[in-house]
Amino acid sequence: MIRLTKYLLLISFLILSFQKLSIANNISSEVDKISKNLRCLICQGQSVYDSQSDFAISMKLLIKNKIENGESEDQIYDYLKNQYGEWIVYDPEFNKKNLILWIFPLILFIFGGLLIYRKVFIN
Amino acid sequence: MISSHIGYYSLLLGFIISTSLLFYSIFYFKKNYQKINQKIFSLLFFQFFTVVISFISLVYSFIISDFSNATVYNNSHSTKPIFYKISGTWGNHEGSLLLWLLVLTLFIFLFIIFSKKQPVKYRFLSIFFQQIIISGFFLFLLLTSNPFIFLFPIPNEGLGLNPILQDPALAIHPPILYLGYVGSSIIFSASLASLVQNNINKEWATHIKKWIQAAWFFLTIGILLGSIWAYYELGWGGFWFWDPVENVSLMPWLCLTALFHTVIVLEKRNLLKSWTLILSIATFTFSMIGTFLVRSGILNSVHTFANDPERGVFILIFLFSLIFLSIILFFIYQVNENRYEKNFFLISKETSILINNWFMMYFLSVILIGTTYPIFLEVITNEKISIGPPFFNKLIIPFLILFLIFMAVGPNLKWIKDNYKNIKYSRIVLFLVCIFISFYIVIKTSSEILFISILGGAALYLLFITINEFLNKKNNISQTISHFGFGLFVISILLNSLFSSEFSANMKIGQELVYEKEQIKFLKIKSIDKENYKSIIAKFEIKDEKKNITSLYPEIRIYNQPNILTSEADIKTSIFFDKFIVINLIKGEKIFNVRYQTKPFMIWIWISVCLISIGGILGVLKKN
Amino acid sequence: MKKNIFYLSILLFFTFIFTIFYVGLDKSNIYKPKEVKNKNLVEFTSTELFSNKQFNSKDIIENNNFTLINIWSSWCVPCRSEHTILMHLSNKTKLNIIGLNYKDKKNNAIKFLDELGNPFSKNLTDPDGIISISLGAYGVPESFLLNSKSRIIKKYIGPLTSENISEIIKIIQ
Repeated sequence: MIRLTKYLLLISFLILSFQKLSIANNISSEVDKISKNLRCLICQGQSVYDSQSDFAISMKLLIKNKIENGESEDQIYDYLKNQYGEWIVYDPEFNKKNLILWIFPLILFIFGGLLIYRKVFIN
Repeated sequence: MISSHIGYYSLLLGFIISTSLLFYSIFYFKKNYQKINQKIFSLLFFQFFTVVISFISLVYSFIISDFSNATVYNNSHSTKPIFYKISGTWGNHEGSLLLWLLVLTLFIFLFIIFSKKQPVKYRFLSIFFQQIIISGFFLFLLLTSNPFIFLFPIPNEGLGLNPILQDPALAIHPPILYLGYVGSSIIFSASLASLVQNNINKEWATHIKKWIQAAWFFLTIGILLGSIWAYYELGWGGFWFWDPVENVSLMPWLCLTALFHTVIVLEKRNLLKSWTLILSIATFTFSMIGTFLVRSGILNSVHTFANDPERGVFILIFLFSLIFLSIILFFIYQVNENRYEKNFFLISKETSILINNWFMMYFLSVILIGTTYPIFLEVITNEKISIGPPFFNKLIIPFLILFLIFMAVGPNLKWIKDNYKNIKYSRIVLFLVCIFISFYIVIKTSSEILFISILGGAALYLLFITINEFLNKKNNISQTISHFGFGLFVISILLNSLFSSEFSANMKIGQELVYEKEQIKFLKIKSIDKENYKSIIAKFEIKDEKKNITSLYPEIRIYNQPNILTSEADIKTSIFFDKFIVINLIKGEKIFNVRYQTKPFMIWIWISVCLISIGGILGVLKKN
Repeated sequence: MKKNIFYLSILLFFTFIFTIFYVGLDKSNIYKPKEVKNKNLVEFTSTELFSNKQFNSKDIIENNNFTLINIWSSWCVPCRSEHTILMHLSNKTKLNIIGLNYKDKKNNAIKFLDELGNPFSKNLTDPDGIISISLGAYGVPESFLLNSKSRIIKKYIGPLTSENISEIIKIIQ
């Protein structure tokens, strides 16, 4: 255990020496964050953030304008969903038609848990 | 011209051998032959040989740029460097299927050589089931994707290979990935054979384990290569996009990882027989589902192959025939579970492996539904939705915390039954310390501090525990290395996503910008004409706060055939940071869009995946 | 018996998945936007190409029974062929056609109109493409048919065809 603590201290020292790491929190990183969650509609399978198409470039400017006007992330998504349909956002809504999408893995998880429970306890 | 003939007829011959093998294997099986006779053995070898000949003749057509062959015409160009002419062979649908077939026939041949200690009837049946798969792929190739179609009149020049595929990592990525995918086909055939023969036992587990580990190793390395390629070639600094094509390779991987663990329970305690079989069958099924989703063009992806609905229908029918075959076999042949099957205790190694499987299946279900749900929704309601990174992050990351903790605790438990009293309180203290360290690192990043510090803490905890195990040589070393690798992997990704920063601007030559503490200077551009592209190389200098200067040379390539622009990022890797810069052309050649990113711990992501796979391959090399 | 039902339901489940995939194969994976119905065009202001005056979209749309907004650009190849159709439409009907000049240079745009004629009652500019995107457009060319209350009646992505034109004429009469 003592030895373990020694390593622990050593590694934590190493990690703490990275204090020059910093994160930018400004409008451009906000634009990046939002545009990563948007599908570039005219390029197959790319996000707006990744694309250099005219569509994506203008989209990024629009997002920037909207942020500068004080709109929130959700407001921007809603606006675009209204204009372009749900297909544009990578984050599917939690609603009736997507219920199975969100619930299925969780149900499976609970079901698996029950199976293990049965195997271990009910004997 | 002549090589296409040779290739085609040798494929045809291979198919005929396949049908005769189907017949002989079942015939000898019925006749109770006592050993694999010379006939079967030479047929297997000959079959492999015909595919090799066919493959070589396609490679040869590519090397000499024989444009009378449609595959060569569509995917090659005479000015392409020789290395990419060769790798272009499997950079397209037809050629990659031929490669797939090559690996299939190679594996069954090797399997027969290395399974001499196994019951003969089981080996006959394995050949039989593998030949079903092989003949299916022969038919697929011959009927819908013939790589040897003639063109007349013969074109003078080819259409060229997509430039983003002209890359060393991507040249070796498909062959290695296929070794993993196809390796799972052997596991599939062997499992069906052992189901029919009812010889699912410890010996079988020991024998099949090597194949599982080998397939797993190649699959891991294959995925890693694809990811590294995406990082530097797709040009925007990400390494995993939750794109359907990527998800499709992750599904068999998760299944195989679950199988990797379960087969150990079978080997040590002769338990979980049907579950092992189900996982073995599922792994190959997921490989096939992947092939279907990618090749049929049913999904939207960055890397779609030229698609053809006819191919989709063929794979779909083939895939579901295999599924139905497995279900029917399960129905007919009962698996005799061990009578100690019910002998599971809460605190034991077997239960911890069950928990591993539980999480693996959960992750698998998230990816499966996230990838295929849009298809279901579109067919049923005619609506289209996109499912991308936010969905996967939301459903996977929270579960990762528990998973990491189980990963640290599980391997230290004993088989059959362990005791509560063996739980050391020092471990709990250690865990809390880890959370504190992680909290201290995360606190500056503002959002969701608590959640991320617990996740980071759990990963750190796993790291410390595995280091301790390694130093005390307490557990199996290959397992320790893999688990350590996984802890490192999670931490690296976490730090990478928290501390990545990026800067993007339009710059002119000579311009200088200050970004946070760094100065970015755009010095000059230089044009060079290369064999099959024109290259524009820019020079940038980054001066950090300590006045250290890093020079970076991002590049834009204008390929001649097909006429496509690609951006080649320049990356300076150090232990702690990657400096990543990429430029894009903006109309006219005066202004460039510059994207500069610092990505901490990138190299550690690659190293950790290497560690994970090294752990796996050590298991294969180790003697029993 | 229990076992039979279990296996049968598994078979049924996979048959269901097979059917879905089979049907899914026929669906094109190229996204076609749905018909926009009962939606109003977002209000915007922009500078006119020739007069350099600021206009609000509402003011120029709501004075007319019907308005066609056409997003175009001089560098866009299909716009060229579409232009003759637009000229035909402006000569033949009294439809209020407004151009929205997408990511274009002023000189090039004026040259383009001089060469091929000007079907637009007003030609608004959208130098960085923001207006088009905020209207929900995909690119050039694209057209919106609106009524006097700025309601979108029809949206055409890609160049207008002569069938589209007869449809428009039918609607406005």
